[in-house]
Amino acid sequence: MEFFRNTNIDFLGKKWYFLSFSLIFSVAGVLSMLFWHGIPLGVDFRGGTLVYVKFVDAPNVQSIRGDLDKAGLHNATIQSYGNAADNEVVIRLDLKETSEADLSKGKNQIINALETNPVAGKQDINNSDRIGFTAVRDALLAADPLHAEPAEYDRQARKVLDFRDKDHGGVIKSLDDLKGVVPDSVLNALKQAFYTSNFGVRSADIVGPQVGGQLKKQATLAVGFSLVAMLVYLWFRFEMIYGVAAVVAVFHDTLITVGAFSLTNQEITLTVIAAILTLVGYSMNDTIVVFDRIRENVKMMRRESLAEIVNKSINQTLSRTILTSGLTFLTVLSLYLFGGEVLHGFSFALVVGILIGTYSSIAVAAPMLVAYTEWRSKSSGRGAIPLPAPGAKGKVRVKV
Amino acid sequence: MQKNLLLKTGIIVAILLIFVYGMLGPKLFSGGGFQAALLDRIHLGLDLKGGSHLILQVMVNDAVGAQSDHAAEILKDELQKAKVNYADIAKVDSQPEKVVVKGVPLDASSTIRGIVNDRLPEYDVAAGADNSWVLTMKPQQLSDLKDRTLEQSIEAIRTRVDSLGVSEPLIQKNGLGDNQILVQLPGVDDPGRVKEIIQSTARLELREALDHGQSYPTEQAALQAHNGILPANSVVLPAKPRRGEQEGGFIIVSRVPVVGGTDIRSADPGNKSDTNEPIVNFYLTAAAGKKFGTFTAAHSKDSADPSNLAIVLDNKVITAPSINSQINDSGIIEGGFTEESAKDLAMLLRSGALPASLHYLTERTVGPSLGADSIRAGVKAAIAGMAAVLIFMLVYYRGAGVNADLALILNLVILLGFMGFFGAVLTLPGIAGVILTVGMGVDSNVLIFERIREELRSGKAAAAAVDQGFDRAWTTILDTHVTTIVSALILFFVGTGPVSGFGLTLIFGLLANLFTAVFVSRVIFDAVLSRKGRGEALSI
Repeated sequence: MEFFRNTNIDFLGKKWYFLSFSLIFSVAGVLSMLFWHGIPLGVDFRGGTLVYVKFVDAPNVQSIRGDLDKAGLHNATIQSYGNAADNEVVIRLDLKETSEADLSKGKNQIINALETNPVAGKQDINNSDRIGFTAVRDALLAADPLHAEPAEYDRQARKVLDFRDKDHGGVIKSLDDLKGVVPDSVLNALKQAFYTSNFGVRSADIVGPQVGGQLKKQATLAVGFSLVAMLVYLWFRFEMIYGVAAVVAVFHDTLITVGAFSLTNQEITLTVIAAILTLVGYSMNDTIVVFDRIRENVKMMRRESLAEIVNKSINQTLSRTILTSGLTFLTVLSLYLFGGEVLHGFSFALVVGILIGTYSSIAVAAPMLVAYTEWRSKSSGRGAIPLPAPGAKGKVRVKV
Repeated sequence: MQKNLLLKTGIIVAILLIFVYGMLGPKLFSGGGFQAALLDRIHLGLDLKGGSHLILQVMVNDAVGAQSDHAAEILKDELQKAKVNYADIAKVDSQPEKVVVKGVPLDASSTIRGIVNDRLPEYDVAAGADNSWVLTMKPQQLSDLKDRTLEQSIEAIRTRVDSLGVSEPLIQKNGLGDNQILVQLPGVDDPGRVKEIIQSTARLELREALDHGQSYPTEQAALQAHNGILPANSVVLPAKPRRGEQEGGFIIVSRVPVVGGTDIRSADPGNKSDTNEPIVNFYLTAAAGKKFGTFTAAHSKDSADPSNLAIVLDNKVITAPSINSQINDSGIIEGGFTEESAKDLAMLLRSGALPASLHYLTERTVGPSLGADSIRAGVKAAIAGMAAVLIFMLVYYRGAGVNADLALILNLVILLGFMGFFGAVLTLPGIAGVILTVGMGVDSNVLIFERIREELRSGKAAAAAVDQGFDRAWTTILDTHVTTIVSALILFFVGTGPVSGFGLTLIFGLLANLFTAVFVSRVIFDAVLSRKGRGEALSI
């Protein structure tokens, strides 16, 4: 099977379309960053408290708000999270209500506020912050309903927790649901020690202002470092202008990806930064494949202009570019579709980035190389195409 | 040619076996199933297993302040011995490394310098305004003290976490900020309790409780009982609420403890003989025991000056009982403990007080249920992505597609084997890294195959086309891998936690890919070609 064969598309002739396409998206992103949503930073960078809560029934945002108001948390925002069927909400408090002196205060307030009908003398079995394997086993050991060896209670406790965590997403609706999972006598012992609230905390992120600032600095450094490192590598392997063109293309991708987060108002978290750095590498890959071809063709096609060579190189590698991008896109798409809510931002960055990264290696990096060369030959009168002397450096031959 | 091919195949099989062992480990042979063996080798990160990721700030200035307080005490003693008058000696609250001595006669300057040189060599002394002297801790001593405080805190946390039986905890300096500690507790059962235990300074002090341990509802009320002026050398401390109560009230206690935190020799949980209420027994060192004996004898019920004893933990009064008789080197703390909290406190007292207080800067807790869901989602995405790529390669490249698929699967085995050997931790972004490796790994194959097709199209024979295709694609493959490895390395070094794990997965994946896509694929091609006759077409 073959999708592309001997294509001969005049990519460089469409450079003005490319330029306007890139400009529209970059400018839209930048405008959104400046005047609309800003750069929506996640809790990692901004600081604050996020508590992900799963309810046994469809959560009623109104009544949650009421409970939080009663506890004095008037500025909490409540959003449903993930699929509606999951009954999950995320409750967030901003940085002002997150103090480093008592970091988990906000989270504990939220949990206490939602715990609307506690039972005296019993513990909430859905409170995974406190109730784990040890607590359940100890309760069973103390009651000793089966008059059995301690190892038997280990098994029973494990069954109860697997029921809660693996099968029911962390919340048990009623202890009676455990009928059939554990023997009745064990169930009765559990009922003596525990009760069920109507919610459980799935995860919590609390970031104080200090760490948020440190992470912001770290992320900026990481992106900056990797751009510089690649510039240096390409300079060494090709020529300065190749490095610059590639880095400009990658910067363009980063800008548009961050812009997409701003336009859709999705939060940029630490894992999104990881995705962006991966894109930097990926987009660079694409660009290098085209550049390698250009370098090779320049040596063979002495008569043609650089524009023709570049066009030919892009066409020759087009099949590979589309295939690889398509396949990587497939894997990333499966992440986006099946990877779950936690990876949503991460895979969104990759989905956008791979499209843009593929586009930019054809539409940004290559035309820039040509534009620079044409400008240089006009201004200096020399038409030299910058490329490494054959065999001088960069040629690596390994026999396999 | 044939012999060469055999050797190369041998190398590939050997490497495959090594990495299968790395992936599945010794359990492979003990027969516990594939999944059990895999999970034994590949450690799951706390986002998959559930657990807590904590960053703590060590308030190192606490330790510096304590040192300066101590220096101030020594200076007072020495000046009194030398019969030098002074108005006040105190540490500067905003700069705990400094102690200011006020109102010293002019002619005492050599005495002060002498005392500081002899008794407080870790301080520099300089004359300040208005007959004052300023002692400043030497920079080297100051930074040593801070480092030591951080190290001691890490040790204390480690002891505590170990005694709680948390498996595979990570406790280390956090590289991002000064005097920070990173604590990761994967799969911890009750993160709430562990967090409290880590943060508890566990500084137990025995002080005198004034007004017979009377508890006042507010600080104001305590002051008013003494007409607005506290008795000399006393402070008001909050009391810990009794079980079932909201507020604990306030108690006036002596400023200087009779017995301090370092004087505790040991502690264990127990039960009170009459009520069976949980208590904590503590035992004092010999020297502290003597001091405590003198104090309790002087203030017991039947003495001339009966008073109460305040048991103070982390600046909160736990109880303030009256003293029945002289107590020497051991005592009990009772104050509404549960079995568990008595056990925890005894453990904390045994493992020693923290040299400085701790603040949490970050807390990420992943509940066990979310971890289970994330694994499910991650594995589902990985299988779907992998299957899509494998099927596509088969359809698009037919015979050569088998080649690419074999290389891809081997790539995955090597990647997981690497992780098994290095004890790398698989995080959720790490799973994404594996999926991406599949996507990017196939890139090398596509590059090579497209090149071979081009060469075939230009009329070359199969063997020559394969040769040329690999040769020409190699430069490109090398360049693309180096650049991606560079960005993955930066992720690994600059990133923390899951991001760093993602970087590591990507690096392993890319290295494995260099081997599989270039070397293994080539061997498979050669093997196929050696069986075909001249002029037979290559399925690509």
